[in-house]
Amino acid sequence: MTIDVEKARKAAQLARIRVSDEELPKIAKSLSTILTFMESLNEVEVEGVEPMTSVSPMQLEQRPDKASSGDRNLIMSNAPDKREGFYVVPKVVE
Amino acid sequence: MKSPLENITIAEAIKGLRNYNFSSVELTTACLEAIDDASGLNAFCHISSDIALDQARDADLRIAAGEDSPMCGVPMGIKDLFCTEEVPTQVSSRILEGFVPKYESTVTHKLRQAGTVMLGKLNMDEFAMGSSTEHSVHGPTVNPWRANGSTNAYTPGGSSGGSASAVAADLCMAALGTDTGGSIRQPAAFSGIVGMKPTYGRCSRWGIVAFASSLDQAGPMTKTVTDSAILLQTISGFDPKDSTSSRKPVADYVSMLDGDIRGKKIGIPREYRIEGMPVDIDKMWMEGGEILRSLGAQTVDISLPHTQYALPVYYVIAPAEASSNLARYDGVRYGYRAKLKKGEGILDMYEKTRAEGFGEEVKRRVMIGAYVLSQGFYEAYYRRAQRVRTLIKQDFETAFQNGIDAILTPTTPSSAFQIGEIEDSDPIRMYLNDVFTVTVNLAGLPGVSLPAKLDSSGLPLGLQLIGRPWEEGDLLNCAFALEKTLNFNKKPEKWWKKA
Repeated sequence: MTIDVEKARKAAQLARIRVSDEELPKIAKSLSTILTFMESLNEVEVEGVEPMTSVSPMQLEQRPDKASSGDRNLIMSNAPDKREGFYVVPKVVE
Repeated sequence: MKSPLENITIAEAIKGLRNYNFSSVELTTACLEAIDDASGLNAFCHISSDIALDQARDADLRIAAGEDSPMCGVPMGIKDLFCTEEVPTQVSSRILEGFVPKYESTVTHKLRQAGTVMLGKLNMDEFAMGSSTEHSVHGPTVNPWRANGSTNAYTPGGSSGGSASAVAADLCMAALGTDTGGSIRQPAAFSGIVGMKPTYGRCSRWGIVAFASSLDQAGPMTKTVTDSAILLQTISGFDPKDSTSSRKPVADYVSMLDGDIRGKKIGIPREYRIEGMPVDIDKMWMEGGEILRSLGAQTVDISLPHTQYALPVYYVIAPAEASSNLARYDGVRYGYRAKLKKGEGILDMYEKTRAEGFGEEVKRRVMIGAYVLSQGFYEAYYRRAQRVRTLIKQDFETAFQNGIDAILTPTTPSSAFQIGEIEDSDPIRMYLNDVFTVTVNLAGLPGVSLPAKLDSSGLPLGLQLIGRPWEEGDLLNCAFALEKTLNFNKKPEKWWKKA
């Protein structure tokens, strides 16, 4: 599988990482190398094999569906920008 | 001459503290001085002297009052992947610049309750993605070991390289690491110490910055197998905050260390004899088998046929989980936010924050992860990798069903390499470091690396033992028996000490 510049651009967009046009060929090359490395998996016969979705067979524990902490100041103490108890972000809707 | 206080093991510290040969304050002060003297190793990225001395004073009072928690008063270092209340936690990333958690991870909370002393936070590869501790916003950590006659800087491996370097250099009695594909065992091998990854679910993952949630486990990095048993005992157990942590009872690991492995069946997997493996490593592996036989165990040639697919599976699954876990770093709730130009919107904020906040390797993995999960590729990559993961796990299950008690392999395909030796443009070469360790994470098994010998260039090599799930006690006992006979009692020269 080769990743061309357009596919690399797509991967960066999906990952929400800004990349410049100059960086794209290098990224495409390293993504191609990694995806080629993964291609050996195509040799494996997986017909009828269940995908492994949990590491050990166990019933996942459940806990009551309620907030564990409600201290807004504590929760927001690491926010890069906040005003009056809200996170501040650039305008989303015009 | 009496050896300096900081050189001792956890077991020796416990004894000395209980006999009032020294106080926790004295021990902690010795470690803090050793840390200060070893700034050239760059093992610690944050030193919490005030907290450490407070905790040490408190521990001394508790010991005087008859405290029965064994770890009370023992100074430790913590990998910077664990959230620690009011102590900066940055995972070696710019994106968590200035982040100060308001909560404590379950595992470090258990250590606090047990009365251990936290000396500070240890350097690592950014978000635990790496095998050399070179990918860090704090710069690379240096291995206390270097090749005979060399003055070049070697990596301590990674991602828990700060932990490995600190323990090997006697800056702390022990350290916490985390292991997603080998991040405890590989640096332990490179640095001549013991490192253990418990069974998936043995220790809570709550409060550990997530990399790949189906693979991550916390574990001990120590000077001896006994110390790993003591530390594992302290950090194990069910946690209601981690739904994948197990309710299986935690055994008394220390009491299980009697060194008796007569009648045990140890598997030697033929697929681990890879092309181009250094002679020294092959020899160490054979000698390890001989020792086990001399102690009354039986070694059995076994096959784990899907071994060669473990790394490709890992490099689909780990980045996929990482891309999902790291989606939370958006510049809104915590951490770094990029400066925006007038008129730039929220998408610009996300993309610029992540471009400026993440390092190259993290970006590469997040992009790969997003790609293999995207429409049209999910079945071909991610789903297929999950299926092959099942086969890898079944390989081990078959071996255990056939009566194998533990599996012996080398920990790494080479000894430590130099800083800068593996170029950023060659990610696969770096990934190959994990070839012997990553299978254990994929199958969720416990694994321990212990120092075996020095190679011909004078650098440490590690042997790995892989155990049955949840049977850490038996595994550690096997490692304990091997450790006793290997008798690796070598220390690096303390060349880093300031004159």
